[in-house]
Amino acid sequence: MSETLLRTDTLSKSFGGLRAVSDVSLEFPVGLLHAVIGPNGAGKTTLINMLSGDLKPSSGAIYLNGENIAGLRADQVSKKGVGRSYQKTNILAEMTALENVRLAAQSRVGGGLGLITAVKRRGDLIDRAHAALERVGLRAADDRPASALSHGEQRQLEIAMTLATEPNVLLLDEPLAGMGPEETERMVALLRSLVAGHAVVLVEHDMDVVFSVADRLTVMVNGAVLESGSPQAIRASAVVREAYLGEDEDDA
Amino acid sequence: MIGATTTDNGANGLVRLFLLVGLGVFALFPLVGSTFYVQLGTKVMVFAILAMSLNLLVGFTGLVSLGHAAFFGIAAYSVYFFTPGFTAASVWWTLPAAVGLAGLAALVIGALSLRTKGIFFLMVTLAFGQMVFFLFHDTPIGGSPDGVYVNAVPTFDALGIDLPELRDRYQLIEGGARAPFTLYYVTLACMLAVYAFLAVLLRSLFGHVIKGIRVNEHRMRALGYPVYGYKLASFVIAGLLGGLAGYLWAVQSLFVNPELAGWHMSAEILLMVILGGMGTIYGPILGALALEALRELAEIAIEYGVTASNAIGLTEMDPHRAATDYYLLVEGVVIIAIVIVLPRGLSGLIEDLAAYLRSGRRSAKGEAEQAT
Ligand SMILES: Nc1ncnc2c1ncn2[C@@H]1O[C@H](COP(=O)(O)OP(=O)(O)OP(=O)(O)O)[C@@H](O)[C@H]1O
Ligand SMILES: [Mg+2]
Repeated sequence: MSETLLRTDTLSKSFGGLRAVSDVSLEFPVGLLHAVIGPNGAGKTTLINMLSGDLKPSSGAIYLNGENIAGLRADQVSKKGVGRSYQKTNILAEMTALENVRLAAQSRVGGGLGLITAVKRRGDLIDRAHAALERVGLRAADDRPASALSHGEQRQLEIAMTLATEPNVLLLDEPLAGMGPEETERMVALLRSLVAGHAVVLVEHDMDVVFSVADRLTVMVNGAVLESGSPQAIRASAVVREAYLGEDEDDA
Repeated sequence: MIGATTTDNGANGLVRLFLLVGLGVFALFPLVGSTFYVQLGTKVMVFAILAMSLNLLVGFTGLVSLGHAAFFGIAAYSVYFFTPGFTAASVWWTLPAAVGLAGLAALVIGALSLRTKGIFFLMVTLAFGQMVFFLFHDTPIGGSPDGVYVNAVPTFDALGIDLPELRDRYQLIEGGARAPFTLYYVTLACMLAVYAFLAVLLRSLFGHVIKGIRVNEHRMRALGYPVYGYKLASFVIAGLLGGLAGYLWAVQSLFVNPELAGWHMSAEILLMVILGGMGTIYGPILGALALEALRELAEIAIEYGVTASNAIGLTEMDPHRAATDYYLLVEGVVIIAIVIVLPRGLSGLIEDLAAYLRSGRRSAKGEAEQAT
């Protein structure tokens, strides 16, 4: 059964006077894809940043397996099984695609700094990197520098890096932005395949994708949760229509 | 800044050949060089070790430190501390102790300064370096602000080698006489060992992590790497290696002064790294060599120039004075020119040349195959 792997309790973040995220209490169980939507500046990325440890919350709590992880550093959160991708592509540009993903896989190797072990002797990491690249459809990019990949390929690379850290929770901040239709199709299929065994949090602007993959939907406006529920409930919600989905959704 | 785009430290065949020839030159040099130049060569290799150690930070971890001389100075002064009288102490304990002190200092300075980034890191390391400088300059610990003599060379009581005896022997033989030049070869062996150590380190899991941190620290943290700890480890390793250079310096010159730890020295090491190129392990060796050669050449050039202009009545200067007064000016201009022409330093030039030759050979082979 789906258990609540990740949960927030009145989570808030202020930047000076601006309340970017305000009293957000949400649940992210394993086996569900939870999409977070909202207009620009709604606080979606800020929410993800707090969940991943990139930002310290101003107040509130984040429970991972019942443990409050609010205030932990990003690397500590990552080690606890929370993986993320970035809205603005965040990769090791000078390194090859394979090395990007191999380093991601290496982050799970325990025991010390690895001063002695030669990378060559850990072929298993390369195998895992290959598997992750294969999964996002980027197997051929191995030896190319990440900076030489197309924008869409860099987005795929970012997902491959996230997968290679073998997370339980996946925080994906607009992973499809800038991908072509074919790549999008592939990623949507990948997202579907990932739902089993993961708690997936997806921030996405493409409503067709959102309504086709999401099990749950949360609408954020001005940092606060406007509505949260099943896609059907969100589609039917008068508040959401008025505040966000707008007139064009009526035409559909 | 000067971009180090070559993240791969594995030298290809041609570069390897170049390095081997270079090693041969280093190994055979004492057979042809005069005593003065052999001592200069030892000095160059000590600086090469020091610059290689700084490059671990600058070129491979992405940490630009302006306080690296502190570790050099601490280890050099340790040799003075450990031989208070005229009785020589053994290398077996003074070397680890001196290097250990440098590493300990690196642990403390690194732990504090790595809380800052970029320009702030530069300033904080500079400040710590100056603190070490003032420790030797203005407190009784350092003996005298002008520097102090080390009265006895540490003994190396193994394999029947007596370091002081051999060292003195070559010092006494003047005028290009052939001598074993033990210290020269000890330093050469240390330089090779440091090179090999760095080569292994940079191929390790750790080495790949610090290279990732240089490229994108934020992403590495998000992937689960405790970035601070890795940077600190790298800082301490660099401090230890810098300490080795300091130890060799003290044994070579038997004189230590506060300037060994000062910001001027730190800047000079950084210059060697930039001049030699940060993308490779061997670059700083070239940088140390180039800087020393440049200094010598600048002095010689000024001396000749001034002598010539004196002869035709243009100037009335003491050529030797002019050389010591103005060599820094000439050196500076040449360095600026080199950095502009070769943004990736001398090793960048060599890597490019090797790549060019290789591609030329490959296409020539391709054409030959097409012709048949
Ligand atoms: N580091 C920061 N400092 C100050 N203000 C910030 C910071 N990060 C975000 N904000 C502000 O917080 C608000 C929420 O930003 P956020 O990036 O979370 O929105 P978003 O929902 O992800 O928007 P988008 O759809 O454009 O990505 C915005 O008004 C933004 O300007
Ligand atoms: Mg956003």
